[in-house]
Amino acid sequence: MTDTTQNGPMGGTPPEEKASGPMLAADGRPLKRSLNRALRRQKLRALALIAPLLIFVLVTFIAPIADMLFRSVENDIVSNTLPSTTAELKSWDHTTGQPPSEAVFEDFYFDMFAASEAKQHTRLGTRLNYEDTGVSSMFRSSGRKLDDLGKDYLKALKKIDKRWDDGAFVYSLMQGQGTPDTAVVDHSRTAIHKLTGAETAGDLGFAPSEAVAKLLPDMTRAYTDFAVYTGLVDGKDVAKEDPWESVYVGLVLDLQKADVSGYDGPGADLLKTTKADLGQIPVESLKDFFAKMDKKWIDPDIWATIQTYSPKYTSGYFLNAIDLQLTPDGIKQRDEDQQIYIMLFKRTLFMSLVITFSCIVLGYPVAWLLANLPAAKANLLMILVLLPFWTSLLVRTSAWKIMLQQQGVINDVLVWLGMVDDGHRLVMINNQFGTIVAMTHILLPFMILPLYSVMQGIPPSYLRAAKSLGATNWTAFWRVYFPQSVPGIGAGSILVFILAIGYYITPEIVGGTTGTFISNRIAYHISSSLNWGLGAALGAILLVIVLLLYWAYDRIVGIDNVKLG
Amino acid sequence: MAATSESEAFVAFERVQKSYDGEALVVKDLNLSMPKGEFLTMLGPSGSGKTTCLMMLAGFETATHGEIKLDGVSINNIPPHKRGIGMVFQNYALFPHMTVAENLSFPLEVRKMGKSDREAKIKRALDMVQMGAFAGRRPTQLSGGQQQRIALARALVFEPELVLMDEPLGALDKQLREHMQFEITRLAHDLGITTVYVTHDQTEALTMSDRVAVFNDGRIQQLAPPDILYEEPENSFVAQFIGENNTLEGTVKEITGPRSCTVQLDGGEIIAARPVNVSEPGQRTRVSIRPERVEMNKDRLQEGAHLLKAEVLEFIYMGDIFRTRLRVAGNNDFVVKTRNAPDQVRLKKGETVEIGWLPDDCRALDA
Amino acid sequence: MQLTKTLLAGTALALLAGGASAMDLTFVSWGGAYQNSQLKAYVEPYVKEHPDVSVTWDESSAEAVAKLRAMNEAGNITWDLVDVVAADAIRLCDEGLAMEYDPDELLAPAPDGTPASEDFGDMIVSDCFIPQIVYSTAVGYRTDMVPEGEDPPSSICDLFDLQKYPGKRALEKRPINNMEWALYCDGVAKDDIYDVLATDEGQERALKKLDTIKSDVVWWNAGADTPQLLADGEVFMGSTYNGRLYSVIEDQHQPVGMLWDMQVFDLDGWIIPAGLPEDRLKAVEDFLKFGTDTQRLADQAKYISYGPARKSSAPLVPENMKQHMPTDPENAKNTLLYNYEFWADYRDDIDAKFQAWLAK
Repeated sequence: MTDTTQNGPMGGTPPEEKASGPMLAADGRPLKRSLNRALRRQKLRALALIAPLLIFVLVTFIAPIADMLFRSVENDIVSNTLPSTTAELKSWDHTTGQPPSEAVFEDFYFDMFAASEAKQHTRLGTRLNYEDTGVSSMFRSSGRKLDDLGKDYLKALKKIDKRWDDGAFVYSLMQGQGTPDTAVVDHSRTAIHKLTGAETAGDLGFAPSEAVAKLLPDMTRAYTDFAVYTGLVDGKDVAKEDPWESVYVGLVLDLQKADVSGYDGPGADLLKTTKADLGQIPVESLKDFFAKMDKKWIDPDIWATIQTYSPKYTSGYFLNAIDLQLTPDGIKQRDEDQQIYIMLFKRTLFMSLVITFSCIVLGYPVAWLLANLPAAKANLLMILVLLPFWTSLLVRTSAWKIMLQQQGVINDVLVWLGMVDDGHRLVMINNQFGTIVAMTHILLPFMILPLYSVMQGIPPSYLRAAKSLGATNWTAFWRVYFPQSVPGIGAGSILVFILAIGYYITPEIVGGTTGTFISNRIAYHISSSLNWGLGAALGAILLVIVLLLYWAYDRIVGIDNVKLG
Repeated sequence: MAATSESEAFVAFERVQKSYDGEALVVKDLNLSMPKGEFLTMLGPSGSGKTTCLMMLAGFETATHGEIKLDGVSINNIPPHKRGIGMVFQNYALFPHMTVAENLSFPLEVRKMGKSDREAKIKRALDMVQMGAFAGRRPTQLSGGQQQRIALARALVFEPELVLMDEPLGALDKQLREHMQFEITRLAHDLGITTVYVTHDQTEALTMSDRVAVFNDGRIQQLAPPDILYEEPENSFVAQFIGENNTLEGTVKEITGPRSCTVQLDGGEIIAARPVNVSEPGQRTRVSIRPERVEMNKDRLQEGAHLLKAEVLEFIYMGDIFRTRLRVAGNNDFVVKTRNAPDQVRLKKGETVEIGWLPDDCRALDA
Repeated sequence: MQLTKTLLAGTALALLAGGASAMDLTFVSWGGAYQNSQLKAYVEPYVKEHPDVSVTWDESSAEAVAKLRAMNEAGNITWDLVDVVAADAIRLCDEGLAMEYDPDELLAPAPDGTPASEDFGDMIVSDCFIPQIVYSTAVGYRTDMVPEGEDPPSSICDLFDLQKYPGKRALEKRPINNMEWALYCDGVAKDDIYDVLATDEGQERALKKLDTIKSDVVWWNAGADTPQLLADGEVFMGSTYNGRLYSVIEDQHQPVGMLWDMQVFDLDGWIIPAGLPEDRLKAVEDFLKFGTDTQRLADQAKYISYGPARKSSAPLVPENMKQHMPTDPENAKNTLLYNYEFWADYRDDIDAKFQAWLAK
């Protein structure tokens, strides 16, 4: 049968030799294309098979890690909350030792007003408090008092003319006549969207006329923000609502500069009389207004901090994570009494290495026994090894607490044996020793299992061969058996080390102050201080360290020298 | 028994017994001695105790009773690494994490040999097995036959006086195996090494050895040079185990001399045979005749030879020989091998012929 | 045909009825005895009266802020009412994660007609915070480990006196409370504590004071740690929430005594997550009106030794519980109130220093 498909002397000339072009398949199509088609179908099928896992890993693993990496540099909260301020602040030079100009304070007032309406200013306060202690309460308390200035102005304006208190009137004044200025509205839409995250597209029912926008820029800005927020975020009818107090602050600011004599839109008369009576309004500069609320607002430091953290992305979190600080004057070392992360990273690495090493020392003989005992005994031993896996992590850790504490089992036994004086019981917990003991116990199976499966694959004849060649037991083990078990040690070490470096429950419970890991700080920042950016930066650094060590391991030992079985 | 006396024995087993579980003996009362330079094969079915004997000699198993001596000294209490015995393992046991040269260097290093000496010896050993070009390779990069040569070189490189081989050719294909059989015997004789070779392949045993010890049931059934073993098996196990063999059952009728007797087969026919382990009339016996010693041409037989009727059941043409299966005295598996000579008859199925043999070729063995 | 129609209509009706009335609310609390007191005092009575409402508990209060933030980012709030400490309520309010409310509108007035805002008074420390209880962080000590010839400790500064009272101490692994006590015992007047603590020198001074006992301190993370350490005899004295000490003394009958001096008052209460759908918000509001009224808050004190946050509830607290209340005049001779504003500002800064100091 096979003869017919082979090109034997009797088989005649095969088709591919006849054709001068590409090789053709039986159906006349080019062979290469047919092959590709067949392979593609195979690949697609394979892809479909792994698709669930791929999607799962993507969604539950890759995406969160990407998100974490992004958070560690993301900083758009400052420019989103204070868009005009940060733009205006760019030209300010903090080294002069002077607070920024009145213009910055004006922008800051309107930005803050919108932010406090959207309840976003306190978030920014929390964010900036990471860099400059005390900012949090400044933002919170000042946010509450922002209304006061506008209220004062409105009171005075009402004395000039009652209509100022009428929302519908102010609406028609702002609406004006002639070409509407859509650019102002669009600008406001973007700003409010960035501030609140709410959708701000859609019909607003308001647009200031170009003439009004030109004549009264600050009032227009405040009113448009109000209109966008009220109409699109709150979903109310703009014309019927009383405007924000900031609108009147804008009006007073504008009237001081504007020439209203040529204006003839709706409410032109009122603008003219108000301008004339401007002297009746107790105008206060915004710089003074903020200074009155909190003296720190005219301290250049706070503005320097805002300026430094204006960019959308910052290296600040990463610098914090390595005990540095991004200050207006550049990168600086943190105060010595606040340096903690580098030390924690070092300690985490050191203790993980110690734990890995103790796992090797304790696990190697056990794995050897497992691999060399008769099946029945090996199974029993295997159950003992796996037992910890079947117990809750918390239970295991708490058990160590009971064992190791000063009134615990081990101390009691030692005292009873007379090896330790009752007054000088050993301190074995709430320190590094406790962490190492408990974590070695918990991670031991991860060392034993790969070691065991590798050792099982080493035939006993190697040891016999070595002995027959004249090697003592030790030489035979060290030069022949041990090198062959190294892949198991490698796999176990990688597993144990990487697990250890990220552990946090056990160190939290038994670590005390000297046995905690960097992961405990990460957990603190994620769940307690809510400084997710710093937590993410610490996590990213930990990830990079692990990858670097992996790379180094690959370089030194070779990753193909790692065997899980 | 061999011509060696106890005093000049290089390797000696004296009343050695071995039991693993304390209930059954795997090796029962083993006595064996071999002179220097001999190539001795332990042959037997699996479970016959041959590998256990080898392992006791190597030191990986301890004898439950008895003594093993090397060059006149008891080695019972000497650990394996001090025995200085080279060994080739079934699966070669080449260290996978070492190169060929490092594998060979290992036994020299543990003997604290200087570097230049080591290199010289490694080179010589590799050249000896024609593997000089492979010193830098890893065992996994070698073919089975090449690995086999390296294993051999490693066992020889430290110049042991005794080399043990545990079914070293089992994993090779037939052609390579035959080639290696030749090479191993050549090397062993050229270097004058004493060799103990374990196999269950009788062809290997017959072609390579100076003497073969046939093991069964924990005992040596026969220890003899290959030709003796084949032609003069001492019991029916050896007769059956070595080569092809026809047996006919019967009872001893009369012992007519030290080398002749008559046997009445169960079918009633009476034949002459050579008594091997039968001693008196009335004993049950199996007579054994090698297929190539059966004669169908009456002219070639002695006068007075017994003739038996046989019916041809099958005729197989095998090129160099013809193989004919016959029914003889109630035995349907009686095989006759005849040389493919011009005058040789080719029998047909169903034909009836008369066959016979020389009484010396017909051995009356235990039942 | 007719039958099918009837059946369909019946099913639709049943579905409608079920959809309209059945309301499953998720309350978040701390678990344990405290959650139980809430269940007994107001959740069970409320559900009895409103059989259409059922309550599921989630014991996540310790991580409530982080979880709410994550839920908010994911855009899916699954909690309806969350029990948090006041400091967390302030943070949630700052982050816009908790709903601001009007006390007089949402909460029932006192029986005598005093509006809720007045009845709760200063306890409403944030626009989002609905106070329930006053608790305190106080110190407990082993009565059997008091050195012979010494009186039991009576001042918070005995915590720092290793000469007089040798033995280990259990302190919370965070700066709050510890720093205040340290400054107080280093001679800072009570009223000046936060002014001093706001300066670098003051922080250093507090840590220096803590240095004197650092090697004898076991640092705890969970409120249950100190009672355990006291019960095992691992420490001589330690700080924890007064309710935890109450159960060690009264329920487990351990030889433990209370040291009320300089106990730090703190508040615990509800917040409503921002952005609840209308119907769930209504249900939650209805529950709150009942669950925070004068009688209910007084009832809670039957089950746990925490003081009700309403002034009008105080007289209704059972007599036998009064002596265990942190607010009992006998116990509240010398107290400190958690300074929310201060710690909101200084928490990150001082915590970094505190942790660096711990790790040294």
